Amino acid sequence: MKTISEIQQEIIEEFNIFSDWTQRYEYIIELGKSLTLINKKYKIDNYLISGCQSKVWLNAELVGNKIIYTADSDAIITKGIIAILLRVFSNQHPSNIIDANTDFIDVLGLKEHLSPTRANGLSSMIKQIKMYAIAFRTKLA
Amino acid sequence: MINIQKIRADFPILNQKINGKELIYFDNAATSQTPQIVIDKISNYYLGYNSNIHRGVHFLSQKATEAYENARKTIQLHFNASRPYEIIFTSGATHSINIIALGYTKILKKGDEIIISEMEHHSNIVPWQMLCERTGAILKIAPINEDGVLVLDKFKSMCSKKTKLVVITHVSNALGTVNPIESILSISHSFNAKVIIDGAQAAPHFKIDFQALDIDYYVASSHKLYGPTGVGMLYGKERLLNELSLYHGGGEMIHQVTFKKTTYAELPHKFEPGTPNIAGVIGFGEAINYTNSIGLNNINSYEKELMEYATKELDKIKDLKIYGKAKDKTAIISFNIGKLHPYDLGAILDKFGIAVRTGHHCAQPIIDYYKIPGTIRVSFSFYNTKEEIDIMVDSLIRATKMLQ
Repeated sequence: MKTISEIQQEIIEEFNIFSDWTQRYEYIIELGKSLTLINKKYKIDNYLISGCQSKVWLNAELVGNKIIYTADSDAIITKGIIAILLRVFSNQHPSNIIDANTDFIDVLGLKEHLSPTRANGLSSMIKQIKMYAIAFRTKLA
Repeated sequence: MINIQKIRADFPILNQKINGKELIYFDNAATSQTPQIVIDKISNYYLGYNSNIHRGVHFLSQKATEAYENARKTIQLHFNASRPYEIIFTSGATHSINIIALGYTKILKKGDEIIISEMEHHSNIVPWQMLCERTGAILKIAPINEDGVLVLDKFKSMCSKKTKLVVITHVSNALGTVNPIESILSISHSFNAKVIIDGAQAAPHFKIDFQALDIDYYVASSHKLYGPTGVGMLYGKERLLNELSLYHGGGEMIHQVTFKKTTYAELPHKFEPGTPNIAGVIGFGEAINYTNSIGLNNINSYEKELMEYATKELDKIKDLKIYGKAKDKTAIISFNIGKLHPYDLGAILDKFGIAVRTGHHCAQPIIDYYKIPGTIRVSFSFYNTKEEIDIMVDSLIRATKMLQ
């Protein structure tokens, strides 16, 4: 099982192949299209993280001692970044999720998508991912 | 006539690269750019005569006061208000609207009605909802049709002697629709209702004459009028302004203060408590001078030309749908391409160095009306060019290919 920072490093290396932003974005768009669909029952307002522009739905379940996140968005670039975030954070132990940082997003050149001014729900999504981790850690303890 | 090379040279910010591409700034309806002459005016204030106004007997204070009050006169003359003190300086159109809405707290009674249109900006919805909560007045919504045009007959039928206030944007920030304010004013006045007009999107684009139109209240923001941010204006007829209750207390708004009772200063000072944004106001006045040196008629006809050209070119893009098809529009085009999310297109346009607005434009009801997640909004100014429109159209086609 890879650690969060190992996965982050892996993604950074994958992105290193791209020589310009168009290739990076085309890859993100592909990731967005192939994102595993969230169960329809979670695509309701209870699971919605409000962004002013694009919407993000997020669900988390504890399986054993690991959290499985599923998520979706109505915008494809947002979905692609969700795919990256889920690859990093899903199927990890709550404590590791709480301790993880998200600096790798800057390294990937996607920082602007996490800025609150973009209002796409992604910055709130990371907060929500961590909130779930805190809640589940308490449950495990 | 517009000399585009000369005008672009007036705006230093335009000459830069974003993500390696020449900046194309099509977000003028959010904030317009500021010409060098206005920037100079503001820095000259700080370099030469920064000091508090209306207070000191010393030279700098008098110079600052004179410049500040000159800005008021410039704006009065520009809009043809009858008195300079009918122009109140605020922090922006939103602040201006709030002053009026708070000012009506004691005037409105339970059951009185306020009519607003379905195409208002949130800042022209929320203060009126709050006023209704405070007073028990009822908020009524005048509907629009599929073209994004106010249904005037329907509006008329909603008016009654219960109608106390009619609140309408002069130009829709989301669609660009120009509302028929002359008809709205005359219908509203025939029911004795006062009309509050949000001119934030209108004042940058065409000439408005407050007296000729018999306007009751009019608000605008400097940062959409080629001036600095954080400044705006509230116009009200003298008699109406004097009826409003005061919303903020502080220095400069008073005549005499004792612990028993305070008497208030006259217009405009009673609405400008505390030290105002002096540099901003002076810059705002200079921005109006600059606009007049180009000529609003020239600006208007050039922007119309850009708009028509852009509409024609955008229409060539497959599955592109324009929202807002009023006959009378300013330089705003709101659209979507097929089922693509506006956020995705906006994010890619940004990579091409093109600044547009995406989302609901703080006018969510209108976006809900069309049952869409938002739009891409391009808004032009007189420093934009047809070449920039060509680049945008080309970039949109490339973005669409990437996203499909």
